[in-house]
Amino acid sequence: MTDLAWINTALTSARPRALGALLRYFRDLDQAEEAFQEASLRALKNWPVNGPPRDPVAWLTLVGRNAALDDLRRRSKSQALPPDDVISNLGDAESDLAERLDSSHYRDDVLRLLFICCHPNLPATQQIALALRIVSGLSVTEIARAFLVSESAMEQRITRAKRRVSAASVAFETPNAYDRAERLGSVAAMNYLLFNEGYSASGGEAYIRLPLCEEAIRLTQLLLRLFPSEPEIMGLAALMFLQHARAPARLDEDGSIVLLEDQDRRLWDRDMIAEGLVLVEKALRHRRPGPYQVQAAIAAVHAQASRPQDTDWAEIELLYATLERLQPSPVVTLNRAVAVAKVRGPQAALDMVEPLAEPLAGYFHFFGTRGALLMQLGRSEEARVAFDRAIALANTSAEAAHIRQHLDRLMADSAQGRGAAAST
Amino acid sequence: MLYAILCYHDEAEVDSWSKEKDDAVLTKRAQVTDPLAAQGKLGPVARLMPTTAATTVRSGREPLVIDGPFAETKEQLLGFYLVDCATLEEAIDVARGLGRDETGGFEIRPLRLFQPAAFPSPAFLE
Repeated sequence: MTDLAWINTALTSARPRALGALLRYFRDLDQAEEAFQEASLRALKNWPVNGPPRDPVAWLTLVGRNAALDDLRRRSKSQALPPDDVISNLGDAESDLAERLDSSHYRDDVLRLLFICCHPNLPATQQIALALRIVSGLSVTEIARAFLVSESAMEQRITRAKRRVSAASVAFETPNAYDRAERLGSVAAMNYLLFNEGYSASGGEAYIRLPLCEEAIRLTQLLLRLFPSEPEIMGLAALMFLQHARAPARLDEDGSIVLLEDQDRRLWDRDMIAEGLVLVEKALRHRRPGPYQVQAAIAAVHAQASRPQDTDWAEIELLYATLERLQPSPVVTLNRAVAVAKVRGPQAALDMVEPLAEPLAGYFHFFGTRGALLMQLGRSEEARVAFDRAIALANTSAEAAHIRQHLDRLMADSAQGRGAAAST
Repeated sequence: MLYAILCYHDEAEVDSWSKEKDDAVLTKRAQVTDPLAAQGKLGPVARLMPTTAATTVRSGREPLVIDGPFAETKEQLLGFYLVDCATLEEAIDVARGLGRDETGGFEIRPLRLFQPAAFPSPAFLE
């Protein structure tokens, strides 16, 4: 810590707010990034000598802005016709910028910066990559590694995504309450996707990618600090804490998936669970339930069970029923069926799952769940067909290996002529 | 005299610490607290959850319950140490040691009243 590590930490944590403020000022993403880059370079020179500034975000914003303005003035002098209108506009804004560097502005600045990344024309993976590059400031190499693609492919992807969002118009005025709520919703959804991408990867060898989860948590914490009274943001943060707390127990030494009921619960991160539980409780006080809060409440029920058999499945089923009402989706119904199987048995669950065959025809977990239910009912042959289908649809080798374990058990059981015993 | 050493730091920065960095800070601080503990001069030490987990209750005719920390400041109260020091100078030295190579700051507040804990051990530590 006697080295410059503290400066890097300060720069990383200041980045979203400073870059957001610079973007409001310049209304151009490239220019804002350049200005932040320049300010960071000056910080590396200046801070070790003078010590850290009282407010690193304000320092970086002002220094970045001034450096870019100097540059603009220098360039305009060497040109025949100075763009007077540009400079005078910037000059007007200069006087009130200092006062405007308070948290209420950071709030909209950071939101705008994140909102630009989740442009509806961009596919989800590109939104995430763009946010990691621009808002979190991860290098292209780091992002490429997280997505398991080559650096040049990721570079291209980000450049293309950036061009698309630059062309799109984004309102720079302070948003009204309606727009702000809508932006917050999109940004929360993107953070949720980012977390999910890390929680169970959509491709490649690695099933869990912790850095993506950690970055999603960091961004959500930032949102939570900026919007401390939004129950859905509390719910989203709680959900991430409660799920991420299990990360140390979710894979065994060989990298195979360990199911919730088989996990060593002593490996769960207690601090993170405690924070998640506090946030769920706080959110529910608002009596404005939403999908993230309900999902967090479900995760909370699991987190509070010290042994699998202590899990309150009836409560979980109720919560899934609530989620189904708030956000109807076949995936939610499928999850509810798992709880139903615990409360009312596999047949009731299977009845619930069968109608989902069409909408979930390409969904790995549908066939995995269906196979497990059939196996419990002793319908081995049908279970085998479902598991085969699941393997064909597996996204990662860990998922495929997990289903193969089921199949092996089925084979062993049928070899001994006691297929029904698989349910024990 | 008992002193509370209150830790004020930029929460956004502390949240950006990696697990390794966090462990390194705690190890470094233990170099200050371990000798104090050995001399019987260290009271309870607490680390608070982030201010996003905080709820504020404002007294008044209708007590007002709001989310978030008590006051919006650049640096937040993230934890505290209780120490038994003969002089203010000594307490300042302890705080200096705790904050070596860090940003943020410490507030030293002499205690007027101290009641030892009534719970045997907090439930979440089990």
